[in-house]
Amino acid sequence: MRKRSIIPLIYILFLMLPIYWLVAMSFKTTGEILSGFSLFPQTWTFDNYRVIFTDPTWYWGYINSIIYVSLNTVISLTVALPAAYAFSRYRFLGDKQLFFWLLTNRMAPAAVFALPFFQLYSAVGLFDTHLAVALAHCLFNIPLAVWILEGFMGGVPKELDETAYVDGYSFPRFFTTIFLPSIKAGVGVAAFFCFMFSWVELLLAKTLTAVYAKPIAATMTKTASSAGYELGLLAAAGTLTIIPGAIVIYFVRNHIAKGFALGRV
Amino acid sequence: MKKPHQKAWLFVLPVLLLVAFNALIPMMTVVNYSVQETFGNNLFFWEGLGWFEKLLHSERFHAALGRQFLFTAIILAIEVPLGIIIALAMPRSGFWVPVCLVTMALPMLIPWNVVGAMWNIFTLPEIGLLGYLMNHTFGIPYDMTQNPFAAWATIIVMDVWHWTSLVVLLSYAGLVSIPDAYYQAAKIDGASNWAVFRYIQLPKMKQVLTIAILLRFMDSFNIYTEVFVLTGGGPGNSTTLLSIDLVKIALGQFDLGPAAAMSLIYFAITLFVSWLFYTLMTKNDTN
Repeated sequence: MRKRSIIPLIYILFLMLPIYWLVAMSFKTTGEILSGFSLFPQTWTFDNYRVIFTDPTWYWGYINSIIYVSLNTVISLTVALPAAYAFSRYRFLGDKQLFFWLLTNRMAPAAVFALPFFQLYSAVGLFDTHLAVALAHCLFNIPLAVWILEGFMGGVPKELDETAYVDGYSFPRFFTTIFLPSIKAGVGVAAFFCFMFSWVELLLAKTLTAVYAKPIAATMTKTASSAGYELGLLAAAGTLTIIPGAIVIYFVRNHIAKGFALGRV
Repeated sequence: MKKPHQKAWLFVLPVLLLVAFNALIPMMTVVNYSVQETFGNNLFFWEGLGWFEKLLHSERFHAALGRQFLFTAIILAIEVPLGIIIALAMPRSGFWVPVCLVTMALPMLIPWNVVGAMWNIFTLPEIGLLGYLMNHTFGIPYDMTQNPFAAWATIIVMDVWHWTSLVVLLSYAGLVSIPDAYYQAAKIDGASNWAVFRYIQLPKMKQVLTIAILLRFMDSFNIYTEVFVLTGGGPGNSTTLLSIDLVKIALGQFDLGPAAAMSLIYFAITLFVSWLFYTLMTKNDTN
């Protein structure tokens, strides 16, 4: 038993090394970075972080990202919940085909869709809004949310639905007060995966925004090319993008592994 | 048994509308472009299947597609076995389980361009930790921007770093669902570790492994941002995967016709291989 745990330990060390390097870099001065190799910051500086927290183009990048990610999570879950219920409880014309078609959308390379998306959202007047990115990310997040939620709903016995009807519950009341609480973990897991895939995606988010809804990741690429590689600043911005994910993952730590395992194939 | 109930369509309708808006309209746009030639100013000329024919005979396309397949094959060959090994070695209960899960999932939650930028900083020859160690401590000349082999090794290690945890988490989910009684029975029968793995653990992990392999195939076959930020497709064209070439043609050169035809072939290959994997891996279930 003891000898075996060396494998996950080495793996975690390997995972942490590049992250450590990013964080260490963010506390170094530009002079120190360019002057050569140092394992720890010799002179600690918080200047890089100060720039990000005082410059609106930087901190609005974070706010924009968080707005469209949250919006996407809410939209995805709201429409995926009834759909997943239908897939898990009823048989209807074309249900299997529809489910598979939904999943195929997860396979579409974002590179394929970038330009048509730009034209579509410009045509409907949503270009450079948070809503545009949130809706575009539904393409891959809704199928995933339906898939995960359907798995969790399958684990709830049908007798629960029937008993509620006999007791005179209307459907909306049954769904919100009885059914939803019983799949709480599933909703959490689905929300986590929606958050995750919307937070890490950049190609579509960058294509659909220009100024007002520009994501933090796009602000970073722009700085990287325009300001002649300010590595410290870039590292600080990168470090800050890890934090929201780390917070969210902490809340669902006991359920993430289960999320996919329950999904049907 | 599920009840037949056509009103269920009403429940599915919002999902259908949203996904169709995002999937069908852009797809029709792509199909439309793929059969036309444009010289800008919204002037379009009918081209028929010309782009498809040219593409299928284009050496540049073959090379990019070949690199894409090679990348995906290497990724699957490393990440799947490695993920299973790590999942098998993980503790099944106690304080360390959530610690392992949280730290392992962390790389997956970092925006993809930050992953690329992070590995860039990590591998810079004089400044990066890995670059410095390789060049100065181990004495192995290592510069991703000069040497195609180093560039390939780096994008592969980066992807292993980024996504192996997905295989670990899924395999682990399959493993913890095995009741203790199975292991006790195996112990009484005097089964070897290999037998336990082959006849108890592997079958129980089959479902989640199918999901893991499918997801890893789709995502590694469609990879764009991380590799583009890290290598930009270079040195030369050595790491120009299909997705990178596609974006170059579509947004760099604005050749909409060839890019659209390429997109459709790309999507068709992804769909076909996913379907193939899916059918092969679920075939034995019905027997």
